[in-house]
Amino acid sequence: MTTQVPSTATLNGQEVALPEGESLNAIQLALRAGVEIPHYCWHPALSVVASCRMCLVEAGQIGQGGVLAMQPKLVPACQTPVKPGTVIVTNSEKVKAAQNQVLEFLLLNHPLDCPVCDQAGECKLQDFSFRYGRGYSRLKEPKVQKPDKDYIGDQITLFTDRCVMCTRCVRFTREISGTGELQVIQRGSHAEIDIFPGEPCDNKLAGNVVDICPVGALCSKDFLYKQRVWWLESKESVCPNCSTGCSIHVDQNENVVYRLKPRHNPQSQGHFMCDEGRFGFKYQGSPNRLKHPLVRGENGSQAPAIWDHALRSVRNGLQQIATSRPASLLGILSPWMTVEEAYLLASYLKSLSPEIRLALGPLRVEGEDDRYPKDVHGRAVEPTKFTIRAEKAPNVRGVEAVLRHFEGGVIPAEQLLPAVGTGEIEAVYFAGGDPDFADDADFAATLATAKFLIVQDILASPVSEAADYVLPGGTFMEKDGTFINHAGLAQAIRRAVRGPEEARPDGRILWELSGRTGLFHAANLRKEIAANVPELAALAVGDLGAFGVRTSIQLEGADDDRRSAAEVAAGVS
Amino acid sequence: MNENFHTVLLKRVEQHANPGLEAYRADGGYTGLRVALQLSPADVIEKVKQSGLRGRGGAGFPTGMKWSFLPKDHPGPIYLAVNADESEPGTFNNRVLMEKDPHQLLEGIAIACRAIGAKTAYIYLRYEYGRSYRTLQRAIDECYAAGILGPRVLDTEQSLDIRLHRGAGAYICGEETGLIESLEGKRAWPRIKPPFPAVEGLFRKPTIVNNVETIACVTHIFARGPEWFRSMGVAPDPSNPRDLGSYGPKLYGVSGHVERQGLFELPLGVTSRELIDRCGGIWKGRNVKAVIPGGLSTGFLTADEMDVPLDFSGPVKAGCLGLGTAGLIVIDDQTNIVDVLFNSSRFYAHESCGQCTPCREGTRWMEKILERFRNGEGTERDIDLLIEVSETMGIIPGTTICGLADGAAWPVKSALKKFRGDFVEYVRSGRRAPASRLALAH
Repeated sequence: MTTQVPSTATLNGQEVALPEGESLNAIQLALRAGVEIPHYCWHPALSVVASCRMCLVEAGQIGQGGVLAMQPKLVPACQTPVKPGTVIVTNSEKVKAAQNQVLEFLLLNHPLDCPVCDQAGECKLQDFSFRYGRGYSRLKEPKVQKPDKDYIGDQITLFTDRCVMCTRCVRFTREISGTGELQVIQRGSHAEIDIFPGEPCDNKLAGNVVDICPVGALCSKDFLYKQRVWWLESKESVCPNCSTGCSIHVDQNENVVYRLKPRHNPQSQGHFMCDEGRFGFKYQGSPNRLKHPLVRGENGSQAPAIWDHALRSVRNGLQQIATSRPASLLGILSPWMTVEEAYLLASYLKSLSPEIRLALGPLRVEGEDDRYPKDVHGRAVEPTKFTIRAEKAPNVRGVEAVLRHFEGGVIPAEQLLPAVGTGEIEAVYFAGGDPDFADDADFAATLATAKFLIVQDILASPVSEAADYVLPGGTFMEKDGTFINHAGLAQAIRRAVRGPEEARPDGRILWELSGRTGLFHAANLRKEIAANVPELAALAVGDLGAFGVRTSIQLEGADDDRRSAAEVAAGVS
Repeated sequence: MNENFHTVLLKRVEQHANPGLEAYRADGGYTGLRVALQLSPADVIEKVKQSGLRGRGGAGFPTGMKWSFLPKDHPGPIYLAVNADESEPGTFNNRVLMEKDPHQLLEGIAIACRAIGAKTAYIYLRYEYGRSYRTLQRAIDECYAAGILGPRVLDTEQSLDIRLHRGAGAYICGEETGLIESLEGKRAWPRIKPPFPAVEGLFRKPTIVNNVETIACVTHIFARGPEWFRSMGVAPDPSNPRDLGSYGPKLYGVSGHVERQGLFELPLGVTSRELIDRCGGIWKGRNVKAVIPGGLSTGFLTADEMDVPLDFSGPVKAGCLGLGTAGLIVIDDQTNIVDVLFNSSRFYAHESCGQCTPCREGTRWMEKILERFRNGEGTERDIDLLIEVSETMGIIPGTTICGLADGAAWPVKSALKKFRGDFVEYVRSGRRAPASRLALAH
């Protein structure tokens, strides 16, 4: 007898199991069954407005007694919660007709300037028109024209007549950033997105409105007209600019990075990223990059050297000191290093002598964690939906775990710096990576006084200029490795571009320095690290996947961190 | 017909009575409120249910039933919002009530608030009603001074505040959730339902939204009893179990091509023919071509349908959207319906809030297609296109958040069904609309 309400839902006649303790709407249900329900206004992180009407479907419910009652009209899938016994039909003639008609409406006044539109190639109007729309318009009259607005924000411009009025951007500034700069002005077919005069959309999360715009209306000034998106190749990576560790895409073409975009990760930040991270990658192509290994010669000046020579000399120098005065050698491990790099350097130095000391490199902490949404006074409002963390480094937790394992604890480099000044510490191996560490001029100046200084870094600085050996490393976009964020989530960064000239990924530099045979391979090395460092045992999987792997790492200090971890677990951070 | 009917809602208006509190009381005002204050809220609702009162705003939803949708034992606050944003073209019923006899509205509000447990009521008044604004505010001030409003309504434990809120001029503010958004200080974009306002309305609290005329009827139900109210109107069609009947007096506003336009109070179920007669017939000795029964969006009744009873179900049977607001627009036989539609579609395109795609784009497109006909550029295919667009926009029940798209599409659908010849005439003759008729468009 099948008179009971089934425990599953039905989509286009196919039974779909419902997850425990999670409520889905019909769009999400369809997604699980591999069926696309086209939509514009709905976004999983924003409130439901059900206004674009693109996701109209037929819906019904099997009630007690097994009787199916279909709703007489088409309903928006985004506004249709799925319960056991819910029946959704997305492929009927009625639904197809509605999709076709809504698309004709949307394109009526759209300028169809795809050839010069940044969004072309990743545009939901193009995609849905191709799949569900019609080939021509029956509007004979002039289109409604609206003025373009390049004043929306420092980084944002609006092509007003491309807009489909989904209001995702408006809801983003109201619900996620809380800053509320964007609004709808005018009415009906004259409705437009705009700002209040003189109050541009320049909040720290503003760039996200470009990403969530399903069409080419909101564009990034930074990216505008730089590339056709179909030439871009995307690599999954992690933003290094703070310890939130936002999952991102690095989009490059012909070895030039054109943009970073947030990548949805329920385990880390959710859907978005901040503008500091989004636009903070330009140092990758800086003329100030270290491009060649440098060795200080007899005449006292630095000269380019070939890698083999430089590495051999560094190794010899380190071995000499390790033999004679190991306690006077300090390795500084930047929190911008990957776990693999930190492990390679720490294990190498400790293999030379256990007396060699290791310290945590300079960690920039700027103010306090910046939580969103804000209220009108700029104060954070609970529940937190996004956090820009004060710790401006991607891998504090990972490098600390390595240091705890090899050094027994985490000593900040600043504590040992006076010993450099006094000469007690003669030699320093400084592994950097933070493009802005030299902002701390005192630190840099003191470090530069070391008698024997090896600098492995990406940008020229007072420290690299004082170095006896300079080993040019790679930015996060140029290498493979692992970053562990504030909550202990280990995520993979992946090589998207080559470094300039002879700069090398740091993992490869350290691999060769420590005399290992074969090639550096992050996934394999993770297994070795997992076997040796109990805190990092979770890395044993090798491949961290798209969303990363949670480690059992010791989270220091704090309520703050615990709360953050809870937020992350709830997928809201 | 209806010779023995005595007006109630318009009684004092017709007598040119003083709209002040003293005169209103001398005519027996606020006795209904005293009755209601002695009853329990549940009994007040029960009486309204017994009367068979259905909402006068257009949809005809049973008022007592609406009130009983409020969540039980809610800690409050609960709000009453009176919809006085009367902006359906051709409709001026509420305006007369508010300008000429405001206290019957205020008394009704006090009774309704007793029923639903509201301590604050808002009157959402359309901006253009300046005189209503002044008379209502004066009446409210009088009530506070007389102890009818304030912490102790007529010396009972009941408290009540009435706030008069003036809109800023948008048709969409008359949609109940648009009205609520506007009252909250936001853009009047209608909300998605559920939740319905009775569960989550103004300031996210349970809210009842009623039309001015509905509330005015409540006053008289308590002054005269529900049996009186039920003694007039049209009983339910026994063959239709969902028909709830159409009881009570109703205001019918007549405008358009009649000799004397005006507002009439008659029992529900009066015919267009009788109303036109009361207006002195069609102007200039012409004949009737069509009547729009209740505000622009209801569609057309043809000359053959002049005897359709104008109750809640009569116009529906004749292919109209409903009785609507009972603001009749009479059209003479010298008028081309395409010109009427062009004017109406301009209105809807202007007033669409722009939220839902089919309405935002469809209303403007319909206007442009109708303009094709009027420019002598329409084709037979454009007639089919117009049908298709109107059906996409307003498949009853509709595909958009609120009913504006349905309301915009229905007159077009109705005209294409009943007056297709007018379109064909434009197509075949290839003529342009005369310049004088272009002036119809604002």
